[in-house]
Amino acid sequence: MSDEVVLSVRDLEVSFGTKRGRAEVVRGIDYDLRRGETLAIVGESGSGKSVSTLALTKLIPIPPGRVTGTAHLGGELELIAMTEQELSRVRGQRIGFVFQDPMTSLNPVHTIGRQLTEGMRHHLGLSERDARDRAVDLLEKVGIPSPEQRLDDFPHQFSGGMRQRVVIAIGLSCDPEVLVADEATTALDVTTQAQITDLVAELQEELGMAVIWITHDLGVVAGIADRVLVMYAGEVVEAASAEALFARPRHPYTIGLQASLPVLGDVERHDLAAIPGLPPAPTALPQGCGFYPRCSYRDDERCATERPPLTQVAEGHWVRSFYEVPAEEAARAAAANRIVIEPPDARDEGVA
Amino acid sequence: MSAPLLQVEDLSVHFTVGRGRAKQTVRAVDGVDLTLGAGETLGLVGESGCGKTTTGLAILRLVEPTAGRVTFDGTDVRGLSTRDLRRWRRRAAMIFQDPYASLDPRLPVGESIGEALDIHDLHQGTQARRARIGELLERCGLHPRVAGRYPHEFSGGQRQRIGIARALACEPDFIVCDEPIAALDVSIQAQVMNLLGELQSDLGLAYLFIAHDLAAVQHICDRIAVMYLGRVVEEAERLELYRSAQHPYTRALLSAIPIPDPVRERKRERIRLVGDVPSPIDPPSGCRFRTRCPEVFDACERIDPALQAVAGPDHTAACLLHGEVGTEVAH
Repeated sequence: MSDEVVLSVRDLEVSFGTKRGRAEVVRGIDYDLRRGETLAIVGESGSGKSVSTLALTKLIPIPPGRVTGTAHLGGELELIAMTEQELSRVRGQRIGFVFQDPMTSLNPVHTIGRQLTEGMRHHLGLSERDARDRAVDLLEKVGIPSPEQRLDDFPHQFSGGMRQRVVIAIGLSCDPEVLVADEATTALDVTTQAQITDLVAELQEELGMAVIWITHDLGVVAGIADRVLVMYAGEVVEAASAEALFARPRHPYTIGLQASLPVLGDVERHDLAAIPGLPPAPTALPQGCGFYPRCSYRDDERCATERPPLTQVAEGHWVRSFYEVPAEEAARAAAANRIVIEPPDARDEGVA
Repeated sequence: MSAPLLQVEDLSVHFTVGRGRAKQTVRAVDGVDLTLGAGETLGLVGESGCGKTTTGLAILRLVEPTAGRVTFDGTDVRGLSTRDLRRWRRRAAMIFQDPYASLDPRLPVGESIGEALDIHDLHQGTQARRARIGELLERCGLHPRVAGRYPHEFSGGQRQRIGIARALACEPDFIVCDEPIAALDVSIQAQVMNLLGELQSDLGLAYLFIAHDLAAVQHICDRIAVMYLGRVVEEAERLELYRSAQHPYTRALLSAIPIPDPVRERKRERIRLVGDVPSPIDPPSGCRFRTRCPEVFDACERIDPALQAVAGPDHTAACLLHGEVGTEVAH
């Protein structure tokens, strides 16, 4: 990872016109993504984590959608104000995408080869033969056996994990500076998920691209992220390095989320510390802090009426909360489910 | 533990696909043994396609087993007539993964629950029926007045509560929970798991908890059975399984589950499985895991391993590393 910023997002807001009024789905997010960095955006359904990224290249319908703010790619191009035509040279070429369900992101009636070469021919102007050669290399790189033959296969002839490898190959085909993986492993089994996260990490090392990994799974985040944005009700409620976020979560939502997870090896089986209630609808957001109705640490009149700003509480650690949860309290909440016995790490005997 | 509530022996479910010469048999479940005591929770874990859901459905005869025996509290479930089966189902309910798909979108949720009461003749008069529906909703953490609303008016977690209320309507002793939290958000999963735990201790329910999320299974279950390609490959008490997994597949599965702690997660050594799960149409000869097993040796192709006692008490695994127990494969 270097200090070179490849994507700089400021004041990004996304809203949609609905019958029940404007739905404010993303309410102002900022981040800098560095070369070779993995930024994880974590949140639950409706938190705005996917939309905030899709909106960068207008992959949402506009209207009813409306996007404001700025996003500079490579320090020069500003994406939000771009025309459709200009964006088509960014999508797939400078920003690659990998979506959740490889069966719906691949076209079932075209061969893998055609789908892989399409972007390269269009963006890089490669001849059919060159694109095909490169496609073979890419399939090999993502670990698909006998790539030459498989190019002429259709998506249904691949397993779920293999399909997702193909989608990753497509995402990488034009050497993007940024790869967006939107719940890219959610539809896969854990052993396949492990293969895919390892694969992306290897490719990232090799190619130096930055990765935005959008997920709801804190376990995946712990394994791969350099920095993490935690989103709730359209806002970033906490931003920190992965180490800091897990070692010392500070926002009541992050603390609650970690405490509500069952952890492998927990010895005692008391109730999980569930977060009560439901996230707010984007058309009916609370006036004050978005998390106020579900928060168990609120003690302040301000929480109900005023939107807390994102403030820096430690080097590189930002929190959107008026109330600072004391360290002991956070640790107690986190420890609730963490009376764990050590995991049996891969043993020496017999494991290759 | 006295006589178990549920005993499953050598259960198989085969489906036929294709016609004529292209006819093939999918061995979705192929010889599964399970035992569940009253008030206990048995977890059934495995990856997609391993047959865990089909096993649950076959136990309730929601799909007909091809072979094997299911004994519930002394009753041979497979031998029940249609009428007796309906009566028996009062004692055995099911909760599904997607509560939206399992609730009739055009029926107020109270009616979905009421249907179960009607079928089993469990209420006297409209008043009592309404009261019982309200009570069930309340039991599951919803206000009785929501009975008149439709499924689309609820969030995923609330719909799952309705699914649970419906399952409780016939006062079962046993519930098959098929991925009951997989479709829910993280902060809601804990709510539903807590509810299931609470209901179990209050009502003495036994659960067969089918899921792919081992951390959740380990939290909620007493014992865990791991399935691979239509078979149970290992079964043990929940912590025993975690502490001393004996089957290479279980170990790989455990090592693949991400731990939400960067310090532990990143220093952890992962057992990488290569390739994909083979097709249940033509499973590998001998041990079904041998094509991906990091510890495969020559006998694995020859002998189809049977579950055998390994390590701690009540811990079984079907792996030849622990002795060549099984049936010789005919060539």
